[in-house]
Amino acid sequence: MTTTQKTADLPAAKSADSAGTPLLQVKDLHVEFHTRDGVVKAINGVNYSVDSGETLAVLGESGSGKSVTAQAIMGILDMPPGRIPSGEILYRGQDMLTMSGEERRKIRGRKIAMIFQDALSSLNPVLSVGYQLGEMFRVHQGLSKKDAKAKAIELMDRVRIPAAKERVNDYPHQFSGGMRQRIMIAMALALEPDLIIADEPTTALDVTVQAQVMDLLAELQREYNMGLILITHDLGVVADVADKIAVMYAGRIVETAPVHELYKRPAHPYTKGLLDSIPRLDHKGSELYAIKGLPPNMARVPAGCAFNPRCDRAQDICRTEVPALHPVTEQDGTTLVGRGSACHFWKETIHG
Amino acid sequence: MPDLTKTEETEPVKAPVAEGAPVPPADPAVGKPRSLWSDAWSDLRRSPMFIISSAMILLLLVIAAFPGWFTSLSPRDSDMALYLQKPQFGAFFSPEWLGYDGQGYSVYTRLIHGARNSILIGVSVTVLVTFVGGLLGMLAGYFGGWVDTVISRITDVFLGLPFLLGAMVILVSFETRAVYVIVLALAVLGWTLVARVMRGSVITVKQADYVMAAKALGASTTRILFRHVLPNAVTPVIVVATIALGGYISAEATLSFLGIGLAPPAVSWGVDINTAKDLLRNAPHVLLWPGLMLSFTILAFIMFGEAVRNALDPKLR
Repeated sequence: MTTTQKTADLPAAKSADSAGTPLLQVKDLHVEFHTRDGVVKAINGVNYSVDSGETLAVLGESGSGKSVTAQAIMGILDMPPGRIPSGEILYRGQDMLTMSGEERRKIRGRKIAMIFQDALSSLNPVLSVGYQLGEMFRVHQGLSKKDAKAKAIELMDRVRIPAAKERVNDYPHQFSGGMRQRIMIAMALALEPDLIIADEPTTALDVTVQAQVMDLLAELQREYNMGLILITHDLGVVADVADKIAVMYAGRIVETAPVHELYKRPAHPYTKGLLDSIPRLDHKGSELYAIKGLPPNMARVPAGCAFNPRCDRAQDICRTEVPALHPVTEQDGTTLVGRGSACHFWKETIHG
Repeated sequence: MPDLTKTEETEPVKAPVAEGAPVPPADPAVGKPRSLWSDAWSDLRRSPMFIISSAMILLLLVIAAFPGWFTSLSPRDSDMALYLQKPQFGAFFSPEWLGYDGQGYSVYTRLIHGARNSILIGVSVTVLVTFVGGLLGMLAGYFGGWVDTVISRITDVFLGLPFLLGAMVILVSFETRAVYVIVLALAVLGWTLVARVMRGSVITVKQADYVMAAKALGASTTRILFRHVLPNAVTPVIVVATIALGGYISAEATLSFLGIGLAPPAVSWGVDINTAKDLLRNAPHVLLWPGLMLSFTILAFIMFGEAVRNALDPKLR
């Protein structure tokens, strides 16, 4: 996803279905919100891509722009305050931002689906679960009520909801949190989309259920060979599931890396700070590390690198110049595939 | 993160039991799926206010539909020999039960036959107002922007019209005083209330995550509006409409009393009150019965509305 890894190196991309173009590619996306307090630049040039069967984890604090990127991809941004001044979102090479509303709607649900954070509020409280699941088939495939219900039961079985047949007519509030998230997953899966965007799918769940839901999601992804964009702020959730990670800070991607490399050798001080602030059993008794300061107000992003007020390594250059996403290399200069860091001092961070 | 992932891996072994266990026994009390409406219905069935008011309304509806079941006379069967005769309370449900009015009409018979117009007007205005106001309010609330501005300003204009003055202007401009004219006049002035309530309610609902989720799963705008927004936003409108129904019935009586509503060949409680007012000192009963009947009808609908509100939105109680 660094500059070297864009459309230039086609042979490297392994998506079999469409001549090497990635399933989804976000190119230099900018999103801003026009508010009374001025223009808030929520996203400033985000690039990433996902292939079939691949999982990209987008990591970042609240307000870093990870959900806004997802909403822009889905086309569900509230468009008067929000605006997309520049950028491209390519689905199989086609720019979705220039499509008509109707064309985009046909992609939503059928080709790209989304799982939301809070499953209770994402399910319509006055419609039964079976109805809402069946709705996907009735609207998009024109199935009859009876067939749609049968399909709904099948889907509920698929996401391992016990006693699906008996519970198909229940309402969302009658299910537990984990079961509701499974229903959300089932709805997203209904039409077997190519890509699923999961926006913090486990944040509202307790830890034991989190693991189950993540496992289920990973398993279904393998089964259908879907692309998955997993948006989260939980480094623990990511470790097992993701193939590659993009770390976001203040509306930019500050580091990209294959998952295990990122954990082993972070190349950006922010990522390093995040990893150090995970509680660990072997550090019992010592004080827990925290990145000092707060994430910036997006209406007043600091000049230069947005992370500079919180960074230990900050020098003068960090306060004036916005760092580009540098390709990260080994000390001897061999490139590390898929790695990039938007830090002036990435060398010191990874090798020092 | 070896330590992190490990704790998560060990958990799922017992977790499926925890998730699966509550299903078979469930709540023994709650065997069936419970929707908002079935909950509301089970609340309503236990509410004395609902039972009493719906019995009253049912009776009124039967009277309005089949006045012949309750009296054998026509409302225009006049016998001047019985001019202003006092009620004979022993004679239940016979023409002379509630006495006779200044035209020699049986007051009881006129009460029975007057129900139809009052109920018809009340119900038609409510239906019309709910559809028009509900639709406009929904569009304004959901689309916002200039759609909202236009609809809301129109609402404000109609809301600013004094009710009686507005109704007078509308009614005077028609040549006939048929029921549909009154319905039209009341609906034109009444839809604003529903539109406002609906708009507010839709604005709350449209921000719900499930609306965004439906959008993200490819639902069309019409589908989102009628399947996801409307059913969740309609509750306060139903409450307002049922309570307002009583108000429309009394508005019809008011207009008829003032002589700009239904006119004498037509039979209605308002018309009867209008003709009775001149005879108040000689024969108060002629005014009393249609007045009482009107009050009871309005009371029944308002009680019904309150009961529905309590069942649908217990927080408002």
